[in-house]
Amino acid sequence: MGKEPSGHAIDETRRRLICELAKLPAATVLLSLTGPVRARAEGDEETDEHHYAMGIQIDRCIGCGLCVEACKVENDVPDEPFYFRTWVERYTIYEDGEVVVDSPHGGRDGFRPRSEDEERRVLRSFFVPKLCNHCDNPPCVQVCPVGATFKTREGVVLVDSDYCIGCRYCIQACPYGARYLDPRTKTADKCTFCYHRLRRGLLPACVEVCPTQARVFGELEQQASPLHRLKRFEPLHVLKPELNTDPKVFYTDLDGVVR
Amino acid sequence: MNPEHLEALRSALDKVTGFIYPNEIELHWGLLIVIYPYLTGLVAGAFILASLEKVFRVKAVEPTYRLALLTALAFLIVAPMPLQAHLGHPERSFEIFLTPHLRSAMAMFGFVYAWYLMVVLLLEIWFEYRADMIRWRGRARWPLKAIYGLLTLGSSDLSPEAVAFDRKAVYAITIIGIPSAFLLHGYVGFIFGSVKANPWWSSVLMPIVFLFSAIVSGIALVLILYYVTSMARGKVPDMACMNTLASFLLYALIVDLSLEVLDFIHRLYESEESIEILRELIASKLFISLTVVQLLLGTIGPIFLLGFARFTGLVDELKRLAYLIAALLVQVGIFSTRWNVVIGGQLFSKSLRGLTVYKLQVGGAEGILVGAGLLILPLVILYGLVKLLPPWDDAPAFREAPAAGAAAPMAPR
Repeated sequence: MGKEPSGHAIDETRRRLICELAKLPAATVLLSLTGPVRARAEGDEETDEHHYAMGIQIDRCIGCGLCVEACKVENDVPDEPFYFRTWVERYTIYEDGEVVVDSPHGGRDGFRPRSEDEERRVLRSFFVPKLCNHCDNPPCVQVCPVGATFKTREGVVLVDSDYCIGCRYCIQACPYGARYLDPRTKTADKCTFCYHRLRRGLLPACVEVCPTQARVFGELEQQASPLHRLKRFEPLHVLKPELNTDPKVFYTDLDGVVR
Repeated sequence: MNPEHLEALRSALDKVTGFIYPNEIELHWGLLIVIYPYLTGLVAGAFILASLEKVFRVKAVEPTYRLALLTALAFLIVAPMPLQAHLGHPERSFEIFLTPHLRSAMAMFGFVYAWYLMVVLLLEIWFEYRADMIRWRGRARWPLKAIYGLLTLGSSDLSPEAVAFDRKAVYAITIIGIPSAFLLHGYVGFIFGSVKANPWWSSVLMPIVFLFSAIVSGIALVLILYYVTSMARGKVPDMACMNTLASFLLYALIVDLSLEVLDFIHRLYESEESIEILRELIASKLFISLTVVQLLLGTIGPIFLLGFARFTGLVDELKRLAYLIAALLVQVGIFSTRWNVVIGGQLFSKSLRGLTVYKLQVGGAEGILVGAGLLILPLVILYGLVKLLPPWDDAPAFREAPAAGAAAPMAPR
């Protein structure tokens, strides 16, 4: 190097070049270290602000099953009555204290009166729509051996069907029966809060079609969100709180017999 | 979509009692996942039996030492097969190794398995057989010569120092191997025991119960194999060995039963919300497989049989026969145990309001035929291993005077 001409201009150029070259590996290392941050910047920046959740007002649900139908159609859920991203359960509490629960076809076609109801006195009856609870502490995500199921920044729990190996541990780990194995892809599947719709600023299909607005969807933390209103005015409960899964589907008027 | 599968689900729908979540009609872990813990249990149990001789110096079981090691290896080779076969995407299973999700218990499978296979079993067997393989290589003809050559990894040192080192290495590996065997099967118990969503599985006792049932099944299997192979070779099984095996099997059975009873009493006494549905499960769907097969036939029966045969003045021949029958019953019982855990845990709804059914198919990936194949395959592999690496103490290498270069006689293992 000492043999090189020592012109000031050349030195300057060379110094700059070396500096630039040195930046390359440094930049690569930095970029790889800050991977998550980078991914964030590339994505929809607005989504950083979202923390989605759903409220379900049990007293408003009429068991029409439109939400189940809408979900099946919107998300191409297999037609057979063994695969549901959302379903509706009917609870019938008789005067003698017996609780009977049913969900024929996931409540997709609505509910007919139970034949035995004519003979026995019903104390109370109500419908409970169910779906993935998008737990903040999701057991399904914890057990996935390859990380194919994960929680997005918005708090939505998703399954990467290109990555899922179909071991079904997540199905076993879900306390709510919210998951199934899609017989076509042989991968785990479940409610996504209609993530594809959320990204376009739309509501989940089940929320959109509910004729009684029993389902309320929105931001958990933004003051203007309808969900926030619900939180302010109604006592909210979650399913199986003792399991510490921290669900983000909240129920009003939730009876103690619901599991 | 498979129409047969859908038809099976439809017929299951009619057999549901009470209420189950609609997604629960499909039972996700079937026969293959019953076989997996059964096989790994045999591996861990057989290894722990082998370690009795090496670490705890129980000389009486020496004739079974090598056989137990080979048995563990044969079953370990097959153990991941049912897992692989039940995956929806077997071709993606390597992701567990490449991108394991470290918070997942299941993701640890690859590492636990690889550790046990590579660091414990293969290494121990290699050191155990090294000197013999060198001798066999010297005498064998093509292609056996080449195979032994490959297996010895080029080693040819038969000096007393080398043989002494072999023994030291085997001892050290066994010491590492005992906790590893505990890890291998305790881990399988943890897979089930840590599922808080399932009250039938979720129990801190699960890994311990799995371990002891593994020890029970492993000892019983080696006892059966030792008896059968001795008979097949026209030899009388060593009675001291059989007696000791029977004693250990008896003690392990008693501990296993105590743990199961503890678990049962604990559940009953705590009487949590799930107790009603579990009571119903045990009284109906699991009555035959749990009460009759696992408890009476597979545990209490063998305890009495072993106790009677071991501590009364029966003639040796009858004693051996009683041990054999007890050990066979134990196998049926432990298989039932795995069934009751895996299938039983999926027969009731997580809504705790209903029961469903599991219909075993004959054909298909989860069918009886594949299952039977997976249970027979380890025995086929074991046959091959025994032919290649004879575990008998009257094998030529033992009988013969030491090779010219080796001053020390073949050390007692």
